[in-house]
Amino acid sequence: MEVGIVSYGAYVPRYRITPQEIGRVWGSDGEAMSKSLLINSKSVPAPDEDVITISTEAARNMMRRVPEVDPKDIGALYVGSESHPYAVKPSGTIVAEAIGCSPNMTVADYEFACKAGTAAIQTCMGLVGSCMVKYGVAIGADTSQGAPGDPLEYSASAGGASFLIGSKDIIAVINHTSSFTTDTPDFWRREGQDYPSHGGRFTGEPAYFKHVTSAAKLVLKRTNSAPADYQYAVFHQPNGKFPQRVAKMLGFTDKQIEVGLLTPQIGNTYSGAVPLGLSAILDVAQPGERVFVVAYGSGAGADGFDITITDNITRFNRSAAPLVSHYIEDKKVIDYATYAKFRGKIRVKEEVA
Amino acid sequence: MATARFWRENPSRYNLKAVRCNNCGRVFFPPRGVCSVCHRKSIGKMECLNLKGEGEVFSFTVVHEAPSQFEILKPYMVVMVKMDEGVMLTSQLINSDPKDVKIGMRVKATLRRLGEDGPSGVIYYGYKFRPIEG
Ligand SMILES: [Zn+2]
Repeated sequence: MEVGIVSYGAYVPRYRITPQEIGRVWGSDGEAMSKSLLINSKSVPAPDEDVITISTEAARNMMRRVPEVDPKDIGALYVGSESHPYAVKPSGTIVAEAIGCSPNMTVADYEFACKAGTAAIQTCMGLVGSCMVKYGVAIGADTSQGAPGDPLEYSASAGGASFLIGSKDIIAVINHTSSFTTDTPDFWRREGQDYPSHGGRFTGEPAYFKHVTSAAKLVLKRTNSAPADYQYAVFHQPNGKFPQRVAKMLGFTDKQIEVGLLTPQIGNTYSGAVPLGLSAILDVAQPGERVFVVAYGSGAGADGFDITITDNITRFNRSAAPLVSHYIEDKKVIDYATYAKFRGKIRVKEEVA
Repeated sequence: MATARFWRENPSRYNLKAVRCNNCGRVFFPPRGVCSVCHRKSIGKMECLNLKGEGEVFSFTVVHEAPSQFEILKPYMVVMVKMDEGVMLTSQLINSDPKDVKIGMRVKATLRRLGEDGPSGVIYYGYKFRPIEG
């Protein structure tokens, strides 16, 4: 049975802060940081936004594009994130209620650093492929934070995307998926800690590059494909430079990764990064085009996908919801003081009601 | 806010669940059991519907002195919105500057955080309005 993407929806908060502004406050060279990370600005959620509201917005955009799909036919919903608002109480329950697909269904929150959203896609593929559910919803979203002054503060941002996985009226067939997983301590956050820690130089070669290239090679080998067979490729993008370098290592060109590379404009949206990049590709892709996808999550693992756009995309109503480019352009730049207030870095007095 | 009371109203806060009186056609939000105009004639004729979420600004105000929960958002706007189904809703307006708000402006409902019972309490979600894009 063919399994794939029936619809998708994206969302990025509209506030932005620049590395130059962050550097100004901490006495660091923001300009140099911007160049070395290839990040011009990063998205910042409003104080009333979190993973639940971002996921809901993305999932509603997804449903708007397929008004013929009855939400009650959705049998599973998974939200992948490392910044769920609750430690205990699933984000997915609220999202499911908000898109009208509960209660006769299964929900769970996923967590695998930045690849929890693609892990959710794989789960939905299994459930749809085995006919356990008609449709599954896989969401990747985050509102990640770096400690003030930490290099992560220049990149950690917010956004998310949602995919409706099914076997009928598919706009993009997922031909194959393979993963590569090891125990690697490159990045972590302990329970109860506000900000994550990272293993310094552990974060490059043995983590991101090893896992992304390993998963990518598995997919290429198992599908008997070469980089030149794909029109588009999207890799996890903790900054603008890593995906460019990994693409080159694997033999993909800058042109293939251009459409799905959003980090230079919005920063690292963590679990939202590959889902948003893939959404930007689905916004423009044509029938028969192939898309190569590799997500990466610290800890560490990578999920690779081989996707082919179908003829159904020509009948699919993309314009029923905002394109990723709309969210990239609809922005409001804020200063560090506003950013610190929005992100709870300034403690306000609590009043007992 | 009381958790149980709020929870019962979630269908209305998340999905704008309302009722229509099929005797006179009036829409009520939040839902009520009997039409306030038709009274007994509406019994058995009240039908659930979800508002489409779009409407226009009927009136607005800018809040400069906020309760402590909303301190971080100020100044913020509160709007009365005449929904396309005819019913009036009140909530915050987001993604807009006070100088850009106009009566008659088209807006759309979206889900946001409304508040929380302190750092260890329940988080409340519900509708706020934003200008309709494009
Ligand atoms: Zn009536």
